[in-house]
Amino acid sequence: MPTVNEGTTKGAPSYTEFHPRWYRPRVSVYWWLGEWHYLKFILRELSSVFVAIFVVETLFLLSALRDGPQAYAYFQAWMRNPLVIVLNIVSFFFIVFHTITWFNLAPSAMPVRLGGKRVPGALIAAPSYVAWLVVSGFLCWVLLH
Amino acid sequence: MAKPSNEAFFWMLFSAGGVVAAMLIPVQLFLFGIAFPMGWLQAPSYENLMSLVRLPLVRIYFFILCSLPLFHWAHRFRYTLYDGLKVKHLTGLIFVLCYGGALLGTGIAAYLLWTIS
Repeated sequence: MPTVNEGTTKGAPSYTEFHPRWYRPRVSVYWWLGEWHYLKFILRELSSVFVAIFVVETLFLLSALRDGPQAYAYFQAWMRNPLVIVLNIVSFFFIVFHTITWFNLAPSAMPVRLGGKRVPGALIAAPSYVAWLVVSGFLCWVLLH
Repeated sequence: MAKPSNEAFFWMLFSAGGVVAAMLIPVQLFLFGIAFPMGWLQAPSYENLMSLVRLPLVRIYFFILCSLPLFHWAHRFRYTLYDGLKVKHLTGLIFVLCYGGALLGTGIAAYLLWTIS
């Protein structure tokens, strides 16, 4: 048998005609319940559902504005429904969770080096938080003044 | 396996939507979903909101606020179903439902913002 590279064939399993069976242990559907890291991952991913719910509410708002003052009053009454308020409070926490995890991901997604040293993650995430505050303050000013 | 994929394009939409959702949704949701309905803050009147929405810039803002986060949702929800609930065999259907939903929402937002006057 001609060997191209003695080093890589040493200790290799002998040739078989059949494809070896992969070792693939079955994973439970609830694999993410066991550990906090996995649960955090799933909660973060689930925040997207609340993002979608928020967009649907915003579409209702736009539709009400388009239909006139009465439709807007009806929209406001609908938003005062306790169940809707509870849903929005839960949504709010999920989306703030999304915001925090999203901003904190930036240092891992794009590590910055200055003078051969890695810039601390907190310094990369900080501008996002500042921008968040400024944008939120500006929107409050526009909507409340 | 190494066929060209559109994954990068969808990931860009996901990522842009993630930024928009992180920056804008908390304050929007706090005001319209909690503070106004609870009466903590005075909700803007119909006329005030309409005078804002008549501005083209505000319409663009609302269009971005609706559209990009939906594509963010489509990407994340798709992978949550694949990995979290392990329903990989329905990949095609899930893809169509998620991005179809995002496109539908984008279309509705465009239609509403186009016809508000």
